[in-house]
Amino acid sequence: MLFTQELLDQSSLLRKKWEDEVKRVVSKNPDQKADWSTVSDLGIKRIYGPEDIGGMDFEKDIAYPGQFPFLRGCQATGYRGKYWTFRMFSGMGTAVTTNERWHYLLNNGQTGLSTAFDFPTLMGYDTDSPKAKGECGKCGVAIDTIEDFFDLTKGIPLGKVSTSMTINPPATILWAMYCATADIQGIPLTQLSGTIQNDMLKEFIAQKTLMCPPEPSVKLISDTIEFGTKYVPKWNTVSISGYHIREAGATAVQELAFTLRDGMEYVEDVIRRKGLPVDSFAPRLSFFFNSHIDFFEEIAKMRAARRIWSRGMRERYGSTDERSWWMRFHTQTAGCSLTAQQPYNNVVRTATEALAAVLGGTASLHTNSLDEVLCLPSDHAVQIALRTQQIIAEETGVCNTIDPLAGSYFVEALTNEMEEQAWDYIHKIDELGGMVAAIEKGFPQLEISDAAYKFQRQIDAAEKIMIGVNKYNVENEEVDIPLVEIDETVEQEQLQRLAAVKRNRDSKRVKECLEDIKKACEKGENVMPYCIEAVKARASVQEICDVYREVYGEYRDPGIY
Amino acid sequence: MAKKIRILLAKPGLDGHDRGAKVLARCFRDAGFEVIYTGCHNTPEQIVNAAIQEDVDMVGLSCLSGAHTYLYPEVVQQLKDRGVTDIPVVGGGIIPDRDMQPLYDAGLKAIFTPGATLDSIVEWINTNIAAKE
Repeated sequence: MLFTQELLDQSSLLRKKWEDEVKRVVSKNPDQKADWSTVSDLGIKRIYGPEDIGGMDFEKDIAYPGQFPFLRGCQATGYRGKYWTFRMFSGMGTAVTTNERWHYLLNNGQTGLSTAFDFPTLMGYDTDSPKAKGECGKCGVAIDTIEDFFDLTKGIPLGKVSTSMTINPPATILWAMYCATADIQGIPLTQLSGTIQNDMLKEFIAQKTLMCPPEPSVKLISDTIEFGTKYVPKWNTVSISGYHIREAGATAVQELAFTLRDGMEYVEDVIRRKGLPVDSFAPRLSFFFNSHIDFFEEIAKMRAARRIWSRGMRERYGSTDERSWWMRFHTQTAGCSLTAQQPYNNVVRTATEALAAVLGGTASLHTNSLDEVLCLPSDHAVQIALRTQQIIAEETGVCNTIDPLAGSYFVEALTNEMEEQAWDYIHKIDELGGMVAAIEKGFPQLEISDAAYKFQRQIDAAEKIMIGVNKYNVENEEVDIPLVEIDETVEQEQLQRLAAVKRNRDSKRVKECLEDIKKACEKGENVMPYCIEAVKARASVQEICDVYREVYGEYRDPGIY
Repeated sequence: MAKKIRILLAKPGLDGHDRGAKVLARCFRDAGFEVIYTGCHNTPEQIVNAAIQEDVDMVGLSCLSGAHTYLYPEVVQQLKDRGVTDIPVVGGGIIPDRDMQPLYDAGLKAIFTPGATLDSIVEWINTNIAAKE
């Protein structure tokens, strides 16, 4: 019990008086609207008090940072020891262009790198594939072979800067390129730190960069977890992502539940398939959340996430190493909350979302640029987005104390409610036979699609407000911000580069390497060492992915709605 | 009973942002249209084949990767090449102003950008598209 009976009695008395007063006022001046709920449609009460959290146990449910259940943060010193990592996601055009952007960001005070790849790379196709036509360099950087990777990382101290790569089906290959590049430069793998997203379950659920069916996709992920555990101990081999689930239209609770259940699925697979003890690999699992526009809902979601994960690791998997109980996560502000209309307003949205992420205790953060809803971000827009983080960190004072919202009747009650609803989903997915089975049945996909449709209807009816979209619109608005464009010469340039690499490499060696990967796939061996050899021999992303597709089969989006 | 309008909704290219396409699929179903949604990652050729096989009254394209400048006109052109002139193609997504006229010039019948309400899209279809007899 957080409160004495005496206090609760006192509160109940005062509350009754307050309720009477509310009734009196509302009868004369009715509320502005009937429905007060979060952006995810979670009902919110007019007020919260001691009775809303009176059942909590301080030691079991709250405690201090660095103490189970880690509600208040994973480590004891909060942001006083170190701010979150300022990590802006970037990638555009060729590797050379992206490398220039990286140096620009590092010179502006960014503290970690984060790579956006173009669609062909994300889907495991080379620039010279007919499927890649028109896409090269558009949504990120085009990487076909390790030669591109050398350009991408030129002048970047791989042993010192941590690098995140948003790559999923071909994650083994891009990570192999990173490891091989370091190896060629004489940097030991044990010094490398960074993250590969490598979370296929959320691809089937939401983001849809797809290659092979769910089961072998999870096998490839377990390969990377095993390889990282043994040889690249500072690398986060999977970033279990709610971001895309949310962007696809999920509610905050769905994002929380599906993401954590995905994480549990990977834990179970590595234990079963690789026979590794949970505490040998679980400390390197990392997470990635969205920070949407509903301020308190996001903070409560992040706090609940830490508590659910630590409880799950301890109770479901018998983990005894507290590092396995820590949920460390990256956050990105919500792209889907931004508007093409009156785009400068996006700076305000992003700042609010970034503040929520910080109050939620994020370990690393990307803030969207105001123009990202329209195009790839310009240098100036990126700078404002990065400065937003720096202002929050160094001017606002919010880093002075850890988890400042703890003990708030409202925030604690909302955190509890979201945790409870998330567990309901997690147990439902358990009943369906786990996340792979749930995905095959279309369960999370349909839940999200219901929520997305409902939200769109609410926007159209102006029941939920987006400024500039359904309120305070400007007629015949002219967008006056500069739009970054990737021109078609990028594709021509990249095609020539790829052709040159293919001409100059030892094609017999490439063939042998691909054959080795094929055998490893067929035998269920770990593919990572073979991928490293193959990329060193200049095998391309698509050549290796074609082996995966051949052995494991190709997955087509069933288009569930 | 009048014949229902049949719509093929498709996502050309490698883009996986399917929230908009799926919301529209539901909306069209609720509006009484027949919807065929082919999921993500279709080539223009696959889309054209499906449009012909399913004998649809309209093709709706959604792409958010920036590749619309190539992919949308390609679908229109391939329909023409196959001698199909009675299936209008409409597109949606974040289409910068500078791309609008070239897309209309390429033969797109309508383009819906952010801010278009579901009802306004349904109304446009009811006004401009007729079910084939």
